Amino acid sequence: MQIPFTVAPRPDTGVNNAKIGVWLFLASEVMLFGGLFSAYIFLRIGAPEWPGEIGGHMYERASDILNVPLATLNTLILIGSSVTMVMSWASLAMKRFDRYRLYMGATIALGFAFLIVKAFEYGEKFSHGYLPAENNFLAIYFVLTGLHGLHVIGGIIVNMYFMWPGARMWKTDPKRFTNRIEIAGLYWHFVDLVWIFLFPTIYLL
Amino acid sequence: MSEHSVEEIKKHVRVYMLVFGSLAVLTAVTVVVGYLELPFVPALIVALLIATVKAGLVAAYFMHLVSEEQVIRWLVWLSLALLLVMFLLFSVYYVDQIGFLIFGF
Repeated sequence: MQIPFTVAPRPDTGVNNAKIGVWLFLASEVMLFGGLFSAYIFLRIGAPEWPGEIGGHMYERASDILNVPLATLNTLILIGSSVTMVMSWASLAMKRFDRYRLYMGATIALGFAFLIVKAFEYGEKFSHGYLPAENNFLAIYFVLTGLHGLHVIGGIIVNMYFMWPGARMWKTDPKRFTNRIEIAGLYWHFVDLVWIFLFPTIYLL
Repeated sequence: MSEHSVEEIKKHVRVYMLVFGSLAVLTAVTVVVGYLELPFVPALIVALLIATVKAGLVAAYFMHLVSEEQVIRWLVWLSLALLLVMFLLFSVYYVDQIGFLIFGF
C-alpha cells in the first residue's frame, strides 16, 4: 500500500503528512524537555545554594564547575551543523546532489565533533568523581545534557542513513527525498534549539 | 516549503548565512555577559532574551516557520502555550514565597 501525501500537500492541512508528523513529534519533545526544565527550575528555587557543595567544596556559580569555553565551542559547532543541514536541503532543492553529500557529510562530522567535546567534558567531571549522585546540580546537569546528547546521537543515525543507504531515493523519487531531508532537518534544528536554551541556563547562570 | 525555483533558493541561502552570522554574534554576547557576573535577575533576563532571539531565528528561518502553513504555526503556538502552563504549574508550589523571590522579603 502506498503511504498517502508523502510529497503532495494534504488538502485539509495544506502540508504533507511527513511534515505534520514530525511537527507533532517535536511538540511532544517540547513537553519532554519542558518537564525536565521545570524540574531544573524547581530544584534550583528550592536550593539554598546553587550549584552548592560538590566534592567538599562550596561553589557559587555553575561556571566555576562547568567548562564554559568547551560549551561555547559546542554551541558554535551545533549552530554550524544547523547551517550545513539547511544547506544540504537547499542543495537538493537546487538539484545539486554532489553539494548535498558535502553538506550532509559536514553535518554528520559536526554532530560527532559535538559528542567528542561533550565526552571530554563528561570525562573531566567523572575523573573528579563528580557523578550525578553527588548533588542536585550535577544530577540535573547530567540528565539534561545526557538526554540532549542522546538526541544528537539519534540525529546522527538518521543523517547517516540519508547520507548512504537512504540516498538511493534521490534517483527514484527526488522530490520525496528532498522532503525527507527537510523533515530530518526540522528534527536536527530542534536539537540545536534545545541546546540554545541549555547552554545559558545551565552553564552561565 | 513546497516547490522553489533555483533563484528563490539562492535568496534563502543568503538569509541562512545572515542568520548564521547573527547566531554566532549572539553566542559571543551571551558568553561575554556571562563573564560580567551580573546579579542573578538581570543576568537571567539578558540570557533568556538572547536565547529566545536565537531560538526564534532558528525556528523562523532554518525551520522555515516564516513561510510555513498556518496549521504548523498553530501547532507550535499550542505546544509553547502548554509549555508555559507546565512552567506555571511548577511555580505554584512556591506561591507563598513569590514575594521573597521577587522583592526579597
